[in-house]
Amino acid sequence: MSDLTIRNVFIIPTITFLIIINIFPLFYSLILSFADFSAVSGDPPEWIGIRNYRELLRDPHVWESLYLTMKYVLISVSGQLVVGFSIALLLNRKIPAKGLVTTLLLLPMMMSMAIVGLFWKLLYSPTWGIINYLLGLGKFVWLSNADMALLAIAITDIWMWSPFVMLLSLAGLSAIPQHLYEAAAIDRASGWFTFSRITLPLVTPLLLIAVIFRTLEAFKTFDLAFIMTGGGPGTATELIAIKLYNMAFPQWQTGKSCALAYILLVMIIGISNIYIKYLNKAKER
Amino acid sequence: MAAVETAKSRVFNKIAVALVLLAVIIYLIPLYWIGSTAFKPRTAATTVPPTVFFKPEVTGFVKLLTKRVQLRKAVPEEKYNTAKWYEKLVYDAGQRIITSSPFLSRFWNSILIAVTSTFLAVSFGTFTAYGFSRFKVAAENDWLFFILSTRMLPPVVVAIPIFLMFRIIGLVDTHIGLILLYTAFNLSFCVWLMKGFMDEIPIEYEEAALVDGYTRFETFWKIVLPQSATGIAATSVFSFIIAWNEYALALMMTNRTAQTAPPFIPSQLGSGMIDWTTIAAGTFIFLLPVAVFTFFLRKHLLRGVTFGAIRK
Repeated sequence: MSDLTIRNVFIIPTITFLIIINIFPLFYSLILSFADFSAVSGDPPEWIGIRNYRELLRDPHVWESLYLTMKYVLISVSGQLVVGFSIALLLNRKIPAKGLVTTLLLLPMMMSMAIVGLFWKLLYSPTWGIINYLLGLGKFVWLSNADMALLAIAITDIWMWSPFVMLLSLAGLSAIPQHLYEAAAIDRASGWFTFSRITLPLVTPLLLIAVIFRTLEAFKTFDLAFIMTGGGPGTATELIAIKLYNMAFPQWQTGKSCALAYILLVMIIGISNIYIKYLNKAKER
Repeated sequence: MAAVETAKSRVFNKIAVALVLLAVIIYLIPLYWIGSTAFKPRTAATTVPPTVFFKPEVTGFVKLLTKRVQLRKAVPEEKYNTAKWYEKLVYDAGQRIITSSPFLSRFWNSILIAVTSTFLAVSFGTFTAYGFSRFKVAAENDWLFFILSTRMLPPVVVAIPIFLMFRIIGLVDTHIGLILLYTAFNLSFCVWLMKGFMDEIPIEYEEAALVDGYTRFETFWKIVLPQSATGIAATSVFSFIIAWNEYALALMMTNRTAQTAPPFIPSQLGSGMIDWTTIAAGTFIFLLPVAVFTFFLRKHLLRGVTFGAIRK
């Protein structure tokens, strides 16, 4: 076989498979997004042009859900950035059993979001949960409390994913050439100066990758919130992915949900574009 | 930063060690709690203040694996004495085992689907990664971008049309259906990760082999594959964990026959005979393999979470 044949035999099946599983269905849902259609009614799709999109963009519940999602992204990603980067700075010193500590901290990130959500429900229990007990909060209600539920989910997300930011920060920190710090020490530079002029600029590329990736993931959050609150109480934690799920499956508004899926898709593609660009940049370094 | 050892930096170091210790403790409390709840007696699982010291027992695990009914009258003594140890545990709780629970079959589904999809994704991924790593491909970066972008799609977005298509061809709630989806999901990941590993293998070995009269395929099979064994192993473990953990697609595409453990375990909460020790036991069994694998993977975690782009 020639090199060209080998190359094609190695690459084309994968691309074809991905197109069949991902792109083909997306075309199907694009078509359905212009129809009034419910997958359980048995009626054929009725073509209604862009009415689904128009209705969705005028629906205050959709905007509310998007606003909630933004709020969630902001809280959880900034929390992860602060916690993860701080732990990385601490670990970047001479710490005994550093390898073990790092691995232990990385455990939560490797676990199933759904199962993590499930056992945090146990931790958050108002009557006998360990969180209320340790913080001395009495019978404080977390998940069934419209004001706290979103924050409670974000805290779980921060617990789970701060180590991700930590991992990338550690990689960035350990790549900073030691001689820069030595030079700064000779010049009697202050700790803050060293941090803001040497450490921070040199870790930023990797921090940025961590932040964009987590933004993308937090924006898509479904498992964690669905298990912990199911979108409630009321619609207090109905993040956009949960809204979409409710519209598509329990309510079977298939056509409309396809339209909402497309609105989301455009946003996701936007963010992932930026992400992969930075990823490629980091690779070239 | 510890280039110049001063008294001040030693104090800072002590503070840092203390803070790290604190962080680790805070981090491990939830994990310890779920692990210990799995071994608690039912009455100790939901006490105020929380029970820290208790005599570990496995009732939660027995309940997880069985279906039971309440006993209406006490068990005759001779029957109790001849009963197996796990039957006695259930009798002590005032219940009787009628059959095994669906948990085992869900767990088996999880293993079957994760292993098969991992095998497929890693095989195809390795071939494709070699193709991209060693040959000139027109618009290579665009193709790689396309491959990775398929992984960024939210499961719910893809699930709606796929559900409709699966319904037409009869793949809803089948193992094959879920295996196909997980293979696609992991394939892009495997291509990127394996490409990272293959880019690191010096091309000189292959060139030498080609000069010696090996065909291109033989070079790949006999030279490149053995050298990427570590990469293949790490990629496989990663894919396995991703498939093992997946929840949203399993929730939407399966409900009984092919359902995996992640949607099953939470659905047990609030169904009559189930209590938190049982849920914790299920969670414990489910998380244990992931924890073990994480230790094996610790050197490759950075690479894994950045799709092979950052290797340290």
